[in-house]
Amino acid sequence: MDQIIIQTLHGLVNGMVLAMVASGLTLIFGIMDVVNFAHGDQLMLGAFVGASVLGVTGNYWLALLVAAVVIAVLGVLLQVTTLRPLIGRDPLTTILATFGVSLVIQKYALWQWGPSVRRISEPVPGEFTLFHLQYPWYRVATAIMAGLIIGGLWLFLKYGKYGIWIRATTQDRVMAQAMGIPVPLVHTAVFAIGAAMAAASGVLFGPFAGVTQTMGFDFTLRAFIVVVVGGMGNLGGSILASIFVSLLEAYAAIVVSPAQAVIVSFVVLVLTMLFRPTGLFVPTPK
Amino acid sequence: MLVLENVDAHYGKSHVLHSVSIEVRASEVVGLLGRNGVGKTTTLKAIMGMVRRTGGRITFDGRDLGGVPPHGLAGLGIAWVPEERRIFRLLTVLENLRTGLDRPGVTPEDRERLLEKVYSYFPILRERRNQAGGTLSGGEQQMLAIARAMMLEPKIILLDEPTEGLMPRMVAQIQAIVHALHRDGVAILLVEQNVPLTLDAAGRVYIMEKGAVRHHASAAELRADQRVIHEYLGV
Amino acid sequence: MSPHSSQCSERPGVPGAFLDARARVSTLTASSPILTTEALTVRFGGLAALTNVSLRVPAGEIRGIIGPNGAGKSTFFNCLTGVLRPTSGRIVFNGEDIAGLPPYTISRKAIARSYQITNLLPGATALENVRIASQSRHHNWSMLRHHRAYRDVIDRARAVLADVGLAGKEDELAVNLSHGEQRNLEIGIALATEPKLVCLDEPTAGMSVAETHATVDLIRQIARDLTILIVEHDMEVVMGLAHTITVLNYGEVLAEGRPAEIQANPRVQEVYLKT
Repeated sequence: MDQIIIQTLHGLVNGMVLAMVASGLTLIFGIMDVVNFAHGDQLMLGAFVGASVLGVTGNYWLALLVAAVVIAVLGVLLQVTTLRPLIGRDPLTTILATFGVSLVIQKYALWQWGPSVRRISEPVPGEFTLFHLQYPWYRVATAIMAGLIIGGLWLFLKYGKYGIWIRATTQDRVMAQAMGIPVPLVHTAVFAIGAAMAAASGVLFGPFAGVTQTMGFDFTLRAFIVVVVGGMGNLGGSILASIFVSLLEAYAAIVVSPAQAVIVSFVVLVLTMLFRPTGLFVPTPK
Repeated sequence: MLVLENVDAHYGKSHVLHSVSIEVRASEVVGLLGRNGVGKTTTLKAIMGMVRRTGGRITFDGRDLGGVPPHGLAGLGIAWVPEERRIFRLLTVLENLRTGLDRPGVTPEDRERLLEKVYSYFPILRERRNQAGGTLSGGEQQMLAIARAMMLEPKIILLDEPTEGLMPRMVAQIQAIVHALHRDGVAILLVEQNVPLTLDAAGRVYIMEKGAVRHHASAAELRADQRVIHEYLGV
Repeated sequence: MSPHSSQCSERPGVPGAFLDARARVSTLTASSPILTTEALTVRFGGLAALTNVSLRVPAGEIRGIIGPNGAGKSTFFNCLTGVLRPTSGRIVFNGEDIAGLPPYTISRKAIARSYQITNLLPGATALENVRIASQSRHHNWSMLRHHRAYRDVIDRARAVLADVGLAGKEDELAVNLSHGEQRNLEIGIALATEPKLVCLDEPTAGMSVAETHATVDLIRQIARDLTILIVEHDMEVVMGLAHTITVLNYGEVLAEGRPAEIQANPRVQEVYLKT
């Protein structure tokens, strides 16, 4: 029973972090049909930058902010130099491009920070007591932060002036251009937002398991699964799917080892593709 | 103001516009008539830069549109109301309007004024302003598409078959809107298959067939002698 | 456009073709219909795309189907070729009820269709495009006879290419042909399935005047051994080619008759000029 409570908490917390990662990915796909294989690596870079800033300043929140901004700028450079010229071409070319970028980022991180694991210390110390169990505060803080950030994104999209631009461009790029919306700029901005969210996720997740060059891969994989299960381009769906899949994995980890628990995600993916390919949390298309 | 000179266009290999020359002066209503598939919509798409122009020039207020990016046309004063309306289905009516309203140089007073104007032309839009665009009926979507274009305070509106698929009562409403826009001094390039509406609203009319302009006359001339209309639009 | 027949017989390159056709029409009415639809109705939820459409097309006729936008012309073709299942009504082709059958079955029953948007295999040559269509007709599981059957298919494909005026372009990639040649290739692909009924969906769409005339001549030639249904917006093409014309409006049959009758019908003019 204790296990179940702990795993539920794990599932929820991991789900929130995954939701942050997946939101950026699904937003990017929804607006410009780009499958960003480098997304997880942006997360990893963000974690490293965060760890470095933390090492220099000792301030977790500053590290979070700087990481997000730096990776956002990198995202802009990436999009403008690598992806914008590929607009209109076969989608396979953007997949290959982002895959290539992913490899470059991983090796760069190895060169810059070396092969040892970095530590990001917990921003909020101590544990709280639930019934008779101990659970670290910082993990709760992480889930709350992720929730706030995703909530902020949702509010921005719904009510902000530029949120309307982004939503209009996602629905009908050509008509958006005809209304004077600078679509290439919107694409770049969305990519930057996605990158910033990935970086922030990296810093948030840092204390959980340490910062390594390959930490991005697990996230990319899970994020893609979640984006498909939640419905591509569907923000709400990917958030629900993140929590759903993370909870399932957490419960599976009771029975099998955590490394094997990831199989659960794949099973969910396959079932979704078989029975509800547009997404589990998407209303059936008419 | 808007001048197409000997414009040629291709869809891939298909040569869809042949040396099309059309002119719309400031505050004019110009009709573009022709059967299905003759190239009327393609002409509008050529102006909007959506179709590959392989010959000729398109200028607006003297400026060559060839170098203007697709999102720059609205800023020059060109608004487009496409045949399929293309409402942003998941945005509310008000958000649809805001895609045209949220541009630089619009003061809060301007916003109020423009919204009030559009709501007075189309009261149903005020009523449905917080409803998603996709829930509106066909006629209401057409009105929203026109209202959205008006938000740009354009010098010219490219109106593509606004009455297609609408009930006769709505057709009359569209006719009234066209007149009102004309009175406001907005130029209109009206693409239509509805002959009486076009002859009533427009001063001059071009008739197209097989991708080329075949006839050009004043609406009055065409009203007086129906044979030309019969030849190009009849059976 | 004047409804007088003299105008039609002045069409360049085909003197007397119209007179030919008129003579054929009188024999056609005597033959049994190859295609009949009875009270064909298609409803999408509350929207009626076709209502009670009843047609009888004699074998060997060229039947034009016209009507304003949204009249139901494409829906009609979709029912005939099995893409759409009618809500009610019958479609009888060659004595067989075909309503609701899937497209590949209908293709085997000898109905072919060309589409508005060019539908070729761009990376294959003209010959390959036609050969693939022809193979569908002469499917043979026998391993022993495989090689000889293969050559027959190629010969047939070559003959079809010649029929559509592409004899010299067999090894040209479809994507490299001109627009008019591509559209003719499409007609060739339809012919390669050895149909008895060919449905042409706006065959002259996007064509120049010259290309249109060439396609009209081609259609007239292939019509000798076939029944053809043609949907078109180009009135000159339809009035010049068709023996009989059916006018659809809002999913219903508004009028039917010879081209001259249709042109003189005030209700039809009204529908086109006041739409």
